[in-house]
Amino acid sequence: MEADLSLQDRKDLDKFIKFFALKTVQVIVQARLGEKICTRSSSSPTGSDWFNLAIKDIPEVTHEAKKALSGQLPGIGRSMCVEISLKTSEGDSMELETWCLEVNEKCDRDIKVSYTVYNRLSLLLKSLLAITRVTPAYKLSRKQGHDYVILYRIYFGEVQLAVLGEGFQTVRVGVVGTPIGTITLSCAYRTNLAFMSTRQFERAAPIMGIIVDHFVDRPFVTVGPMHPCTYRTPAGDEVLEYPGVEDSQEVCTTSFSTSPPSQLCSSRLSYQPPTLGSADLLCPAVLNATHLHQIVNQGKDGGVPLGPVQLLHGTPADHGKISTCNTADTTQHVPATPSSSGEETEAMTRSNETKSSSPTNALEATFIRKVGALVNKPTTQVTTASLDLPFAAFAPKNFDLEENDIMLHPNDSPPPESPLQGSLHSDGSSGSSGQTQDDFVMVDFKPAFSKDDLLPMDLGTFYREFQNPPQLSSLSVDVSAQSMAEDLDSLPEKLALYEKNIDEFDAFVDTLQ
Amino acid sequence: MNCRSQVLEVSVEGRQVDEAMLALLHTILLHRSTGKFHYKKEGTYSIGTVGIQDIDCDFIDFTFVRLSSDELDRAIRKAVGEFKDALRSSGNDGAGQISLEFYQKKKSRWPFSDECIPWEVWSIKVNVVNLANEQERQICREKVGEKLGEKVINIVEVINRHEYLPKMPTQSEVDNVFDTSLKDVQPYLYKISFQITDSLGTSVSTTMRRLIKDTLAL
Repeated sequence: MEADLSLQDRKDLDKFIKFFALKTVQVIVQARLGEKICTRSSSSPTGSDWFNLAIKDIPEVTHEAKKALSGQLPGIGRSMCVEISLKTSEGDSMELETWCLEVNEKCDRDIKVSYTVYNRLSLLLKSLLAITRVTPAYKLSRKQGHDYVILYRIYFGEVQLAVLGEGFQTVRVGVVGTPIGTITLSCAYRTNLAFMSTRQFERAAPIMGIIVDHFVDRPFVTVGPMHPCTYRTPAGDEVLEYPGVEDSQEVCTTSFSTSPPSQLCSSRLSYQPPTLGSADLLCPAVLNATHLHQIVNQGKDGGVPLGPVQLLHGTPADHGKISTCNTADTTQHVPATPSSSGEETEAMTRSNETKSSSPTNALEATFIRKVGALVNKPTTQVTTASLDLPFAAFAPKNFDLEENDIMLHPNDSPPPESPLQGSLHSDGSSGSSGQTQDDFVMVDFKPAFSKDDLLPMDLGTFYREFQNPPQLSSLSVDVSAQSMAEDLDSLPEKLALYEKNIDEFDAFVDTLQ
Repeated sequence: MNCRSQVLEVSVEGRQVDEAMLALLHTILLHRSTGKFHYKKEGTYSIGTVGIQDIDCDFIDFTFVRLSSDELDRAIRKAVGEFKDALRSSGNDGAGQISLEFYQKKKSRWPFSDECIPWEVWSIKVNVVNLANEQERQICREKVGEKLGEKVINIVEVINRHEYLPKMPTQSEVDNVFDTSLKDVQPYLYKISFQITDSLGTSVSTTMRRLIKDTLAL
């Protein structure tokens, strides 16, 4: 097959393929950096611009590509693939596209290596430049930043397309025939962009006993490390933002779990927020909010009436808060353990006292614990910060339990507020009358913007009657007691009556026409 | 030799005509240009390096790549501008076609002037639509962006068939194959012409002076 190829031609061809592979990787990764590319034309050849195209070489990318190639060249059965994926700040990741450089057995023996093959490879690179701006991942990569980043991975061997989900599309960039095989460059890209957030649980390592070491290699080395496409133009030397971003994401993914809250509590002790630049603060911040979300939900399932936590974006100020919460006495915090409300009250009170630093008012929110109708214990109003929850500031007030739902039981009191903790952000819409914590006080439900004296009927009364209308008479029990059999029996009589009056009916119909 | 002809069709809003035409014409010229040739003594030559540039469209959700050559960009913009003006003056429901033709010059003996033999013609049919409100315009932005993406894939597909390309010329014949007037890039000899279709579908020819000249020369 290769008998006609001279030694020099073979050497040239191998060199062309090698540099073509390296330039392909550069073009793809640079197209996913999120920035516009601009290189200058030069009329005098410098000799270092392969394929007569001014494509910069990012050293890190070249290094990764060479590492993946490991001295081999793309050949028959040995494809070089560049996988582009997206990773959110919460740790969800999704493969977006896979670019493949393949060689098949179809040879073009008559083609001139040093001239035609070289020019066609140059053309193929230009096509790659054009096509990389057309696939859906380009627009995503231009918008990357705080919410998500784009990562790349280079691997050698068999193409893995299953990661792209169902219905992925393929676009062929081009082919170049050579005496040793036909080089094909193509791209398979995902069309289904729905996130499968359960995937993160499959890949997450167990939380118990985890060693959080931010600067270690990723555990999944068999598939090759992922690298972010966030290269910053260095002022001379290589500037690597990679470890920071990558490792913070590492931490993010390994902290999620569906384990019970007690495990989550102890795991939080081991979690240490990475010390990163300001750009990365948002990543652990969001992580913790989500972490909190899981804790509280578990609690709710356990029977403790804590409301759902709304997640808000953290601020850098919360970074400090995380450490503070971690150092609090977590053994006293049992939000998820179902126990009598009295014990919980005590636990919370204790944790109130041990909490030394209190967050600023701007960050504080309150949990108002709802008490059942027949419970005599006083309600405890606790700040979420005292519950040793990170991002306590973002836990809103809890919502009413069903037995205290005003709409169902309009005469119940509004949520009683304990004087234990002074500051409050009260529930706005539920009315502010009736303040004692022990007794139930008959308070009229006062809907907002209503006035008694203008209308004879109170708006609240109207609401109540509207909510509880009387049953329709046709649906009442008396009527339905009449059985079907009786209906059928009375039918012949009715028919006889109608037949007798048939003339009247006909006259009526005539008047209608 | 047969001239191969490709036709691309797009429907765009009036203000998108410029960018859509630039995107497609530049994509074609990206592939049909090389670096500047530098001939050496033994009849060999070396080729200069071409730079590339990303261009974001303002009225279309699309980014295209063009050669880093301001001269070339100016020439293309001028032709596209004339096409757009002609479309606009033809009326509201404008339709037209802009053609990018690559040709070779064949020297003829005196008194005949050189022959221009096209070897590849790209025709882009444009249909101008009018949109009623901002929401439709926003949808149009995205849709035209996707359409242009498809056209770029079509262009790349045709080009990578590696069909006829003129032979690399000797130094004396380089001007018969390439446009050597630009200082940083060297596209194949090309010309741009356009036609406006009136609402009845018949072609009202508004050809450029160069085309008429060529016809008379033959």
